Order: sequence, then structure tokens, then C-alpha cells
Amino acid sequence: MATPKQLSKTLTLGDQLRIFGRSGLEQAAWNYPRLQNLGFCYIMIPAIKRLYTQRMDQATAATRHLVAFNTMPYMQSLITGVTLSLEEQRANGQALTDADINAVKVGMMGSLAGVTDPVWWGTWRPILSAFAASLTLSGLGILGPVVFFVSWNIVRLGFRWWAQRWGYRHGLDVIQDLGTGILQKLTLGASLVGLFMMGAMIPRWVKLTLKPMLTTDHQTGYSLQTLLNQLLPGLLPLVATLGCVWLLHHRVKPFWLLIGVLGLSILGYWLGWLA
Amino acid sequence: MLIIAFLAGLDGVVDEWQFQQPIVACTLVGLALGQPLTGAALGASLQLITFGWMNIGTSVAPDPALAAVITAWWVAGTAQLPVEMGVILALPLAWVGQLSTLGLRQLIIPLVNRADQAATAGDLHRISRLQVVSAGLQGLRTLLPAALLMSLPADWLTAGYHLLPAVLRGGFRVAAGALVVVSFAMVINTMATRKLWPFFFLGFALATDQRLSLLALGMISIALAVLYVQWPNHTGSGPNSPTGKTPETTDDEALDRELDDF
Repeated sequence: MATPKQLSKTLTLGDQLRIFGRSGLEQAAWNYPRLQNLGFCYIMIPAIKRLYTQRMDQATAATRHLVAFNTMPYMQSLITGVTLSLEEQRANGQALTDADINAVKVGMMGSLAGVTDPVWWGTWRPILSAFAASLTLSGLGILGPVVFFVSWNIVRLGFRWWAQRWGYRHGLDVIQDLGTGILQKLTLGASLVGLFMMGAMIPRWVKLTLKPMLTTDHQTGYSLQTLLNQLLPGLLPLVATLGCVWLLHHRVKPFWLLIGVLGLSILGYWLGWLA
Repeated sequence: MLIIAFLAGLDGVVDEWQFQQPIVACTLVGLALGQPLTGAALGASLQLITFGWMNIGTSVAPDPALAAVITAWWVAGTAQLPVEMGVILALPLAWVGQLSTLGLRQLIIPLVNRADQAATAGDLHRISRLQVVSAGLQGLRTLLPAALLMSLPADWLTAGYHLLPAVLRGGFRVAAGALVVVSFAMVINTMATRKLWPFFFLGFALATDQRLSLLALGMISIALAVLYVQWPNHTGSGPNSPTGKTPETTDDEALDRELDDF
């Protein structure tokens, strides 16, 4: 993996910025047999133009990047970076075949998506969502959406740029660095935070209260919900959530769960159990 | 309005700027209608229901883009539906959005095949053009149904809402508060492993104390995560313990999930 001392063909900072700009459209041509293939090729085009001057070479390079590809969109920046460094080496005369380059892409895409989906979609977005929503619902109005939009995009753009640079500069060494399990640790930690926070948000955000009043000999109008709150606030939402998790685990589609909750809510209201 | 619909539709697929998230989309629609606060209130309520919808691997979740734009139009616009009604109406619209995403993933295939021809010919500009065209199609995916639904007269909606029996209106109000559980369940389902379940209950139990703010709970959870990841017995960073047990299992499970999707 010794990098040649002097590369005759290198990517300029402008090329890298163009590639970074294009990465924001990666998933636009999402299609079934080959998933994000066109998106990846689209991102690579500034590099292909810079590195290969012959039309034939450009054609083979473009074809090489139109094979099936799919990963978590933000991690694609890291894969792009590594692929850029491989393409650069190939353009400068290193013996790298189409299959070699594709093997690196395929090798990285599955494992990266698997460990980073929980971080971005499972932890960061739900927690940021809930935090922003709580700002708005507690009367701070427009601040919630602003906080959500700004925080999300600063982190996203910062990460994408950093990942692409890191991948480009270090090339295949990135795979070794990732092999130490640092990503797995990050994912484990993020999943823990995500689960903890999901648990924490249930008693605060799910509004489910029981209506019936209990009438005993000594006391009248003792609310069932008050009784339940003494036992554990948010017990009903907790049970409802665990029930949904169990159903999801048994491959019930989320859409049917939504319909089910809607149906039960109407039924509960009609029977006078829920308020 | 149509620009917002276009951006939301595009982002519902590319998942970058998050314009499709209700808290952003509804607020923007509210802003366009001169009612940013109503829009934000609906957006926040809807956001709690949609945050668990994620496109992982090759699967397609319900798409909040169309739902957010249209319900905001109905709630913050002249129809003046209540927020709960907006939340309920978002469900069928999200399903329509999901169908349109799935449909377009099929319809776009000829376009991608054309990119193959362009690549063989070495025509790089054409490949870029095709990608931009597909981005446009993704935007139209939401813009067209949005335009159609927005042309419904507001009186019809208001009248329709008043025709609803009181039982349904009350039931919808209950449901608007309860539907959040599905989102929680979806997020939990993607992350829960046997070893991490205790942390879920810990979070729940601590949150029942109202004095702890969301930020404080966040700090506790991060502290726990740092401790847990460093703990030698669990992560196997120690040289002679059964090494790397936890990270490997999560990795394997994640990989399995990815493979399942294919």
C-alpha cells in the first residue's frame, strides 16, 4: 500500500467539492435490481473526467460504477473517498482491475450500512426529533424546527465531507482502521443511548389515560388512572409499546399497527375507557 | 407551496436535508400560509409519530413527505381542521407516499438502462442528466398528488369534519396521542438486542421522575454508553477475556438484517 511518491494525475480540491456536492443526490435514481448504482456513478463523474482523458477509459470507468450498489447514504461518502483513491492509483498505472475496485465497494457497503443505520436513523434522528418536538410543544414554536434542521444538516454535511476526505487520503488503510471494531463500539454505544432514550420518552410523550372511576364503599370517584400512576406512571404506554415491539418482531407490518392503534383508540373512547 | 412539496418529495427518497420530516415540512407550509405556529404545532405532533419510519437496506417505510405537506395545508389553511385530525389524515397519505416511492423505483428502471448505454458510449454528461431527471421525478412524485389534493375545496373538508360522529372525533383525539407507540416500537425493534434491553427499562424508570429533563437523561445515557463500551467483560478489549463478544454479535445481527433485506 505504498503510495507512489509522485502522482501525475490527482484530483483537485474543486473536484472533491464537486463530488461532495453531488453526493447529496445519491439516492435519487433508486431502482430495484441495482439500487443506488446510477447515484454512485453520478457522484464519481467529476473524478472520471479528471483522471481519464481517453473516451474509452471514461466509458469503462462509468460502466464499472454502474453495477449494483446500496449502502447507508451518508456512509457512501467514506466509500466514495476510498474508491476515489483507488481510481487515482489505477489512473496512475497501478494494476487494479474492475473486480478489485468493485470488491472494495461491496465489502464496505454491507457492513457499514449495517452498523451505521442504527446510529443515524435509530438514535440521532429520533432523539433530535423528540427534542425539537418538545421545544415546539412546550411553547417555543418555531425554535423546534430550526433546531432540528440546523443540527441535522451541520452534522450530516460535516460528516460527509470528513468521511470523503478521510477515505480519499487513506485509501485502503481505512478498512484496516475500521477492522479494529471502532465502528461496532460506536454502534453499540449509540444503540444503548437510543434504547435508553426511547424508554425515557415513553412516559413523557405517549398520551394514554384511563377514564373509569372506581367506586368503593368508603370512597367515591377514585380515578383508575390515579391508582395506576401511584403504581408506575406511564405503565399503560409501556405495555402498549412492548406489545407493538412484539408484533413487529413477529413480522406484522407497521402500517397495520398504526391502523390497529387507531381502531383500539376509537373503541376505547366509545366504551368510555380511554380519555 | 409547490416548491415545498417538490423538496419534500425529493428528500423523502434521498434522505439528506430532511425537508420531508413533518417538523420541517409542516412549519414551512405554515409559513407559506402565514400560520407558522400552527404549522409547527402540527409538525411537532406528527414528527413524534413519524420519527420511527426509516428506510433501511432495501425496505421502504411509509413516506411522511406528502402527508406532512397536505395535512399542514388543511390544518393551517382555510379548512382549519384541528391538529388531531391532521395527524389521523396523515396516515393514509403516508401510505400513498410509500406506494409512490415503491412505484417509482420500478418506473425508473428504463431510465437507468439508458444510463448504461450512455456509459458504454462514454457520454458522461448524459449520465449526470439522467440522474438529475430522476431527482426531478422524485420531486414530482409528491408535487403532483399534492397539487391534486390541494385543489379540494376547503368547505368540503370542514363540512366533512363536522359530519363525523362525536365518537370518531373523540377516538381520533385519543389516537393522536397514542400512535406514538408505533414509532417507539419501530425504533426499539431495529436496535434491541438481549443485552441492551435493561437500558430501555432503566431509561423508562428514570424518566418517570419529572425533575430530570430530556437533556439530563441524554447525559445519563451517554455516560452509560461510554462505560458499557469500555467495560472489559462486555466488549472484550481486555487481552484474555472472551474477546469481542458483544460487538461481533451486534455486527452479525446487523449483517443478517441487511441480508434479509436482499
